[in-house]
Amino acid sequence: MTIPSTVVTAAAAATPTEPSPVRRGDRLLAIVGSPRLAFLLKRLARALVALALVLVASFFMVQFVPGDPVRAALGPTAPAATVDALRHTLGLDLPLGEQFTRYFGGLLHGDLGVSVSTQRPVGTTLAERLPATLMLSVVAFVVAALGAFPIGVATAVSARGGRRRSLDLGVSSLLGIIIAIPNFLLAVVLIWLFSIVVPLAPSAGWGSPQHAVLPVLALAIGPLAYLARIVHVEMVRVLDAPYITTARSKRLPAHLIYLRHALPNIVTATLTAGGVVLTGLVAGTVLIETVFVIPGIGSTIVSSITTKDYPLIQGVVLMYAVLVLAANLVIDLLLAALDPRSTIAEA
Amino acid sequence: MRIPALLRTPQGLAASVGLVLVVLATIFGPIVFGDLATERSIADRQQGVSVGHPFGTDDLGRDLFARVIVATRVSVLLTLGATGISVVGGVLLGVIAVLLPSVLKRLVAGLIDILLSFPWLLLALFFSVIWGTTAVGAMLAVGFAGIPVFARLTSTLAASVAGSDYVRAAGMLGSGNLRTTFRHVVPNILPPLLVNTAAHASVTLLSFAALSFLGLGVQAPEYDWGRLLNEGSKRIYVDPMAAIGPGIAIVLVGVVFALLGEVFSESSARRLPPKAVRRRRSTDYVAPVTDATPTLEMSDLRVAFPGRDGKMVERVHGVSLSISPGETVGIVGESGSGKSVTASAVAGLLGPEALVTSERLMFREIDMSAVPNGAERRRLGLEQAMIFQDPLTSLNPALTVGRQLREASEVHAKMSRADSLRRAVDKLNLVRIPDAERRLNQLPHEFSGGMRQRAMIAMGLMGTPRLIIADEPTTALDVTVQRQVMQALREAQNATGAAILFISHDIALVSGFCDRIIVMRDGVVVEEIAAARLDEAQHPYTRGLIACVPDMATDRTAALPVIAAADEESITV
Repeated sequence: MTIPSTVVTAAAAATPTEPSPVRRGDRLLAIVGSPRLAFLLKRLARALVALALVLVASFFMVQFVPGDPVRAALGPTAPAATVDALRHTLGLDLPLGEQFTRYFGGLLHGDLGVSVSTQRPVGTTLAERLPATLMLSVVAFVVAALGAFPIGVATAVSARGGRRRSLDLGVSSLLGIIIAIPNFLLAVVLIWLFSIVVPLAPSAGWGSPQHAVLPVLALAIGPLAYLARIVHVEMVRVLDAPYITTARSKRLPAHLIYLRHALPNIVTATLTAGGVVLTGLVAGTVLIETVFVIPGIGSTIVSSITTKDYPLIQGVVLMYAVLVLAANLVIDLLLAALDPRSTIAEA
Repeated sequence: MRIPALLRTPQGLAASVGLVLVVLATIFGPIVFGDLATERSIADRQQGVSVGHPFGTDDLGRDLFARVIVATRVSVLLTLGATGISVVGGVLLGVIAVLLPSVLKRLVAGLIDILLSFPWLLLALFFSVIWGTTAVGAMLAVGFAGIPVFARLTSTLAASVAGSDYVRAAGMLGSGNLRTTFRHVVPNILPPLLVNTAAHASVTLLSFAALSFLGLGVQAPEYDWGRLLNEGSKRIYVDPMAAIGPGIAIVLVGVVFALLGEVFSESSARRLPPKAVRRRRSTDYVAPVTDATPTLEMSDLRVAFPGRDGKMVERVHGVSLSISPGETVGIVGESGSGKSVTASAVAGLLGPEALVTSERLMFREIDMSAVPNGAERRRLGLEQAMIFQDPLTSLNPALTVGRQLREASEVHAKMSRADSLRRAVDKLNLVRIPDAERRLNQLPHEFSGGMRQRAMIAMGLMGTPRLIIADEPTTALDVTVQRQVMQALREAQNATGAAILFISHDIALVSGFCDRIIVMRDGVVVEEIAAARLDEAQHPYTRGLIACVPDMATDRTAALPVIAAADEESITV
């Protein structure tokens, strides 16, 4: 479900119309010399600003909760003494400025506070649970990326040939339907199909490779279809380009035309879409971990929101934000490394 | 007027029927199925699928199908509410961002950028921490999470409209910033906003279902589809339809909203790729070729393309042409005369949708109307060279010039890397590109336009070219560069003895360069004449083309002559 939301975003983002950032970029370009370096510096600066924003937002999140967050967390029946005690432990009775310095001081030392419900340090909980989430999203992304390229390229090539029109139409409709199915629903259907109807893989738990099969599939299939469509569209666009006619006029074998001449030209657009998919995947773990009962930070955020365990919520929100920013940076690094023409300079 | 047309496309029909069903279920669902959905029956609890209960029953024996129908109202209304918040908030923020002075504008744009880099679900979770895990809280959360999307969309659209002439004209007439925005900008960005609103509603529905599914949205005893799916997924071992039923509802309504967006955007009439024309395969027989073999023999070439209605429309009507070794032949004609299509047919480079028929179409004993076999491909790769109109796009922007030059020799002549590199340096020197070794490692964008075209010529010389097809090679270049390219082409011919098929609309250029000129109009050859005897041209069209070329003696006070259009066709093409 996080995937379709970005279709609009990606379309809007594809047409930068603000002239001022470009000019600013040119100034930066003049200073550092290389368009790649300028691009990376700009993206790094943006990530840092975003991180600062996230830090501030995670602090104020608790302040913004209407009414008394501590009372809300403990319920209306809790004795006033308990509420006051918890308020004191959380530091919510201090003046705002002091709370702020306490929060950031703690963060600087890696201290994310203590969970209200488990009484354990939030940092420890996150450290235990992060590997499962990371593993899940990275494997799912690899599966999506590896699956998307052959499907997208093959459908584009055959669509251009126009020889198997019904097959093309079938594949593109299927991709459309898959994109429309939210991942949590897909997860439920997968459990039904492959844990109950044909028992091939376990439906819950974590620890062995078999446990990862269904969650990875549920998480990867939507992004795979989305990426395959992007690859398809980009490939169709590129195959009509005059330089492909040039390659054809050289009578190069088909694999050279598609792999050497066409593929490098879809890298930028596909990677940009890939970034959106990757961050969507990271967020999708929240749903998938809940369905498959995986002990990652995704299932933690849901339970902590339900129990109003604010220190834990702050920790997980921060963690997710950092993951998303890191995913964006990885894509930016890849773009800078792979973009053939430094078109990134204008991006 | 528009509505019936809308119903005629499959997407329009599906979206309309779906929308009617959703509206009916929203309004009448709770009234019709309300009792059934709340009626408890201990005897019937936790039943599987049956005729009476298509989706089975829940813990309290309530019919799940009825509950799914009843849940339409809550799900759809909450979706509309959240979408409304996203759109209103986003448009306001977007318009404000456009109206702000430039420093603040950049700040807001940066903020929207950063918000957009976070997936929606994370934003929604963040907001739901603040507003609590209730239906209204979730609506606010999902709605606010969608604001950045619409803010970006609005500011992008508004910026594009704001740059248009009529908005600037309004500004010059003294219309204030705010007034201009609401009178001129907002109405013009409404249609694309509407399209995106429908698409966004689809996403909102899924997001809402996700939040409820996580237990962070609608709380018991209220229920929406997400909540039903949550409850059903716990009983999936007993009654899979308890989970799949609400799932179907979510996907169906999501698709209806998405379809609506597509129908609004009118881009929904997805064009099928044109049907491919099957070509016959060439035989394995390889005819002997000598220096005296005609370079090109073509008679009665006809090329047709699928028109808008799917019928084939003929663009080239029976063109015949032959080229002897070393000869330079020019084809002249206006746009749409079929000269480029003829050239592409000679090279066998027309797309799969083109229908090519001919009595004979032979390049040095290779049948160009068939799919070439391996040996023929090899020979074509080495013996035919193409130069296209636009040097900015005919070289691959992602590959170094050297790689593109070496390729043909390495693939077809099985040359080693070192040999092909040496040859490439040689050929770049021939077309007078200085500093060849360094240039080979550069990407095309580091070359100037004229240099790229000369690199294209060099690329054609990497084999043993017998025919160079130059399709308007100088049209995209300015006059001084044009001379260099023509000179490079001439020197290439002198070095290799290749024949040249030169296509241009410029009769002066062609007559100075070619031995023989073929004048084409509307897909037929109107005249064929030796370049030296161009003065004796008979056909009025040829004479007209010549008359259009100004020279030093042309009376500059008189208007230049104009050739009347042959028919409507040639104008619209």
